Amino acid sequence: MSNEQRHYELGVDVGSTTVKCALLEGDQVIWSRYERHFSRVRETVRQQLETVFSSFPGKYRLAMTGSAGLGLSEQAGLPFVQEVFSASLAVRALYPDADCAVELGGEDAKILFLTHGIEQRMNGSCAGGTGAFLDQMATLLKVSTEELDRLAEGAEKKYPIASRCGVFAKSDIQPLLNQGARKEDIAASIFQAVVDQTVSGLAQGRKIEGKVLFLGGPLSFLKSLRKAFTDTLKLSPEQAVFPTLGPLFMAYGAALYAGANAPLLSGEDLLEKLDRAAPSGFAGRGEPLFESEEDYQAFCDRHRQADLRRRPLKDYAGEAFLGVDAGSTTTKLVLVSEAGELLYDYYGDNLGRPLDVVADQLKQIYAQAGPGLRIASSAVTGYGEDLIKNGLRLDSGVVETVAHFLAARSFCPEVDFIIDIGGQDIKCFKIKNGAVDSIMLNEACSSGCGSFLQTFASALGLSIAEFSALGLFARHPVELGSRCTVFMNSSVKQAQKEGAGVDDISAGLSVSVVKNAIYKVIRARSPKELGKNVVVQGGTFLNDAVLRAFEREMGREVLRPACAGLMGALGAALYAKEHRPARSSLMGATELESFGYRSRAVNCQGCTARCLLTVLSFTDGRKLISGNRCERGGGGEAKALPDLYEWKNRRLRELRQPPGEKIRVGIPMVLNFYEQLPLWNAFFEDLGMTTVLSPPSSRELYARGQHTIPSDTVCYPAKLVHGHVLSLMPEVDFLFYPCESYNLDEGKTANHYNCPVVAYYPELLKANVEGLADKLVAPYLDLNRPAHVARRMAECLKKYGVTKKEAERALEKGFQALEDYHAALRAEGQRMIAEARARDLPIIVLLGRPYHPDPEINHSIDKLINSLGAAVLSEDAVFTLADPPDLKVLNQWTYHARMYRAAAFAATQPDMEVVQLVSFGCGIDAITSDEIRSVMEGAGRLYTQLKIDEVSNLGAARIRLRSLLAAVGRG
Amino acid sequence: MKDPKKDNAPADRGPVFTKEMRATHTILVPDMLPVHFKLLIGVLNNYGYHLELLQNGGQAVKDRGLESVHNDTCYPALLVVGQFLDALDSGRYDPDKVALVITQTGGGCRASNYIHLLRKAMKKAYPQVPIISLNFTGLEKCEGFQITPPILLKLLYCVLYGDLLLSLYNQTRPYETEKGGAERVLDACVERLLKAFRSGSFLRYGHWCRELLKAFAALPRTGEKKPKVGIVGEIYVKYSPLANNHLEDFLLAEGCEPVLPGLLDFCLYCIVNGIVDGELYDFKNARTRLSRLGYRIILRMQKKMNRLIRRQGVFEPLHEFDELRKEADKLLNQGVKMGEGWLIPAEMGLLCRTGAENVVITQPFGCLPNHIVAKGMMRRVKECYPNANLVAVDYDPGATRVNLENRIKLMLSNIRRPKSPAEEGGAAGERAAGEKSKPEEAAGGTLPKAAAQTAPPPAEASAPEREECAEAAAGRERGQI
Repeated sequence: MSNEQRHYELGVDVGSTTVKCALLEGDQVIWSRYERHFSRVRETVRQQLETVFSSFPGKYRLAMTGSAGLGLSEQAGLPFVQEVFSASLAVRALYPDADCAVELGGEDAKILFLTHGIEQRMNGSCAGGTGAFLDQMATLLKVSTEELDRLAEGAEKKYPIASRCGVFAKSDIQPLLNQGARKEDIAASIFQAVVDQTVSGLAQGRKIEGKVLFLGGPLSFLKSLRKAFTDTLKLSPEQAVFPTLGPLFMAYGAALYAGANAPLLSGEDLLEKLDRAAPSGFAGRGEPLFESEEDYQAFCDRHRQADLRRRPLKDYAGEAFLGVDAGSTTTKLVLVSEAGELLYDYYGDNLGRPLDVVADQLKQIYAQAGPGLRIASSAVTGYGEDLIKNGLRLDSGVVETVAHFLAARSFCPEVDFIIDIGGQDIKCFKIKNGAVDSIMLNEACSSGCGSFLQTFASALGLSIAEFSALGLFARHPVELGSRCTVFMNSSVKQAQKEGAGVDDISAGLSVSVVKNAIYKVIRARSPKELGKNVVVQGGTFLNDAVLRAFEREMGREVLRPACAGLMGALGAALYAKEHRPARSSLMGATELESFGYRSRAVNCQGCTARCLLTVLSFTDGRKLISGNRCERGGGGEAKALPDLYEWKNRRLRELRQPPGEKIRVGIPMVLNFYEQLPLWNAFFEDLGMTTVLSPPSSRELYARGQHTIPSDTVCYPAKLVHGHVLSLMPEVDFLFYPCESYNLDEGKTANHYNCPVVAYYPELLKANVEGLADKLVAPYLDLNRPAHVARRMAECLKKYGVTKKEAERALEKGFQALEDYHAALRAEGQRMIAEARARDLPIIVLLGRPYHPDPEINHSIDKLINSLGAAVLSEDAVFTLADPPDLKVLNQWTYHARMYRAAAFAATQPDMEVVQLVSFGCGIDAITSDEIRSVMEGAGRLYTQLKIDEVSNLGAARIRLRSLLAAVGRG
Repeated sequence: MKDPKKDNAPADRGPVFTKEMRATHTILVPDMLPVHFKLLIGVLNNYGYHLELLQNGGQAVKDRGLESVHNDTCYPALLVVGQFLDALDSGRYDPDKVALVITQTGGGCRASNYIHLLRKAMKKAYPQVPIISLNFTGLEKCEGFQITPPILLKLLYCVLYGDLLLSLYNQTRPYETEKGGAERVLDACVERLLKAFRSGSFLRYGHWCRELLKAFAALPRTGEKKPKVGIVGEIYVKYSPLANNHLEDFLLAEGCEPVLPGLLDFCLYCIVNGIVDGELYDFKNARTRLSRLGYRIILRMQKKMNRLIRRQGVFEPLHEFDELRKEADKLLNQGVKMGEGWLIPAEMGLLCRTGAENVVITQPFGCLPNHIVAKGMMRRVKECYPNANLVAVDYDPGATRVNLENRIKLMLSNIRRPKSPAEEGGAAGERAAGEKSKPEEAAGGTLPKAAAQTAPPPAEASAPEREECAEAAAGRERGQI
């Protein structure tokens, strides 16, 4: 056969990070390649094709697949096959007896169910758990993915890590690192998170069972990931198949598809088509950051003016002040003189071991210092505050916001707005009357902006500074939008597809970071709102491209101190100087020599929260416990401060009835039952039935129901319902969970709805929890119409012999019980207010919903507030004390109306502050939070919001609460 | 349903649209349903208003929205506000001579607050611009802009004719032999209808239905058979090309026939909700009685339209609302009435039953009711229709076109093909070979070839499955409502 007559099928899989190519002759793979493309998509594909054409002359049928292949094939006019579809072609050809295939790629995750109804699923736009996620996590741990894999083999335990999205996982992992948890354990937890994500996010109610194929790069190369999958899914070695062709499956499928559908072309023709897919040049629409070198020079000169005076450490004699900023990814440390000169500074990665880094630097200082130096006081701020302060016995700790303010004020006494973009957080605050006024932190969803630049830079093999500098003179920065980084990733993909260069992308990312900060975190309507004297700081602003983009967006010049990255540490040093102890307790040079520690993870047995604690044992015998949410876990005695959340939880749980020979009614302790339990408990008791409550919420309970959650973006309180319902089903005769469009009408509102999720969740459960429909009694009830409720209840309990009369009487009892509960709640609120006032405690009114006292939902925020020395009240205890304030929106949800009224009341009480709890994904709070803010600010008061999710990282909450208390002089 | 207590609605409504402004002000209308809104605007303009449909789009609209409303607010609010602001920024309108109109449906969803979010945004940017609420529930009254009974009647006809036009247009466009033919007929029909609204002849309902049918049937068709893809979802994202990235055009380019259920179903859904509430919560009032009457009349008109379509025999009829209700009973209770509520799964079901088992479910990212009625019901719909091929797509200012289209393409690549004997036998190697042997057969059409090979076979569930569903529905009716 002459070469001209040889025919091949060629599949090209262009993914987000790699290009895979498979060449088939007949059904044999005769050549293949797997290669990272580092965003040079077209070039990499061309190279691979050239290799094929020169090594295997002939004619080819070619088809492309993969997320980045779509654009390329469109431009080149080549056949394209959807990647999941190509994977299923390959699976059917090679493993006809497979039941299921799991494929993890660079940024996609897919599941194919092949038997019992073919179904193919891929991850949504808000999902992590992919190769890129693993890359990100490896970067965070300062290891390669291969090392991550090896580390996981030595794991002793696993931590719960949010698996929904990389950003969430990061905020789970960072505190663990800062607390000194073992890297091996974290590595294993990361792989487990990927598995959980796949099982819950993709499978959504379908069990992964039978013969399962595992495909794609990460699953082929990472042993620990494979193990995590087989263990979690309980697969035998025969059932779990890891084909050698794993990473090439989609390319193989594309080749099969090409064989049936693609035209036969010569190599030259194909290359010509590919070359015609020239960049459309449409992607870049932004203005260049700098027009010319001169522009840039002038800009640099202007910013060089704000700097600290330096003085050599070895020449200095006298008192000095140490400030440490133990940030999430970096550690910053400064030593300043009495006159404020900079004697020593350090800015570096915390290498996942912040304590060691600070100890090393301290040794450096002691080694370099002259004999006359005396460190008179020391302070630490940042995520690692507790760790550093206790480990090295620093004198004081200071909340980040205050530290940054002190530092900014030393450069610009008039400062009225500070923005700090660090590795993982954005912090902004307004300064009013010499105090921190309102704080804006990035919430879990948009965090990671600085480290996003970092991750992207390292994907290109560049340092963050190099990557950022590339964008300085980009002609057409791409526009990437201003949302969460996961979305940015796909925007970047799109820009690449449209032919944007690395410089345009770099500039575009800098602009996005800034836009994210201004519009997403600060949520400024116009940059002018921010203030006149703006100081910017944080490591990310050391990149001139980011700074320039910020000034552009603001339309004004801002001040960036040359030590922008050190401001937190500088502030801590200034704080140390202001709060000088009689004698500094800081660890001395000799003691440091023998300093060392060991870390260990345990579960706290103090209460049901069962916090995961990290215990550090120091060589000098001291112990430090972190990860605890209350004093109890920290080894101390729980201080009894007024806490209405605790009271509510206890009161509701006390309603549990003794089991007997009666009919057992299951009540899931979720959502509106947190308020209506007294009603239904009394109702069923009167009917001679016994209520069975679901067990307290926990991570495990959540995991139990996770596979039945159809919508992964619904709020955490709703997601928890599934676990509650599943745990009740085997225990009871029937489950009672009514649908309620309307809530109680408490007057003075336009309407009294429940939110759609609360109102109709039983419908969702019925449709998604196997076997529930037969056990669920879910009538539609309007509690404002007792006669109707009685009639409906009698109808649906007919089977148990309940008559309408009995239902009416029971309901009367029920309503009485509800009324009693409300009265007791309000009385207890009053009692706690009185107690707090007698003990001179600040009072924090938590504005949430009745179900927010669930410790798994609020992550024991009430205990945290108590530990900061404040009393905790809830909105439903005080809302009757005020009328609804003037609102600019429709006041039509009962629970939300209570928050407005409680805010209006608290605004009139000088010793009360409000903190609004917002569950991530609560669409209604997008409306209420702006209104409550304006109610509070209209009264000249502070407004604080805490976003809570399944992520139990209280770091951001702690900063906010401490800043709040500091701002009202109670910190 | 309880009447909203008007005195408790937000007091500050900004500048009021007065009677005098009818002569001086242009009223801007957001872009949602191009065909219907053209008719609607034509009708209202006959009453001395001057309405104009906005058609500006692009990144600027999204950016203005992001700047002006809370970013976690739903995408429709963000787009509507952004589109208004972008239009006013453009300089094409004198801000002192412009008013805005926005619909307000009421209900427990965030959507009832769009108008207030718009007012908040406008107060900052263009405080002088009056904002009119278009609602039929008495949520807000406006002196200068009133939907009088004659106007209401005409609006009803706008919706009826609009639905028919939209359906015929979508059933013609994929098969036109001359590009742009369907659009030309559509434009001509809109013109004729507008004249009919002026002359009063619009009331000749049967006549006009037949005329529209005739006009579209006169266009030559290619005779191909393309797979049908239904579009359901949150009402704004479902219809507005601005929000759904021109989903209909995309599906068309992929070689499919888009099937977009009509607006009338949503109107009837709103009316019926009042009735269902009465049944569920045991009350009757003047409104429920009026609703019942209106419901019966409008449903009759809808059915008449379908009779005429069937009689002509060229086009598929539209959904009938009582069929949608039956479909809903299989899936969930009609008490789920927030947002588009039970209508979304009902439309999925009816689409599956009427030959469009492939469905794109459009929704704004984080849409609250859709957790329940869209993603929450997909499993249930598949239980009843095992061949249902569904994809839920979240639209969002940050989501890129490529990502969304990729997800839709995945659904499209799953469009059902008949099983080949090789596949039945489970021998996949043979199957691959089988595919290779018939490339010519699949050469036509732009669709992923595997999908284009054949028309979708009958979509109904097989008999035992149907029984199972009916039983479940009956169970719902019996015990648990």
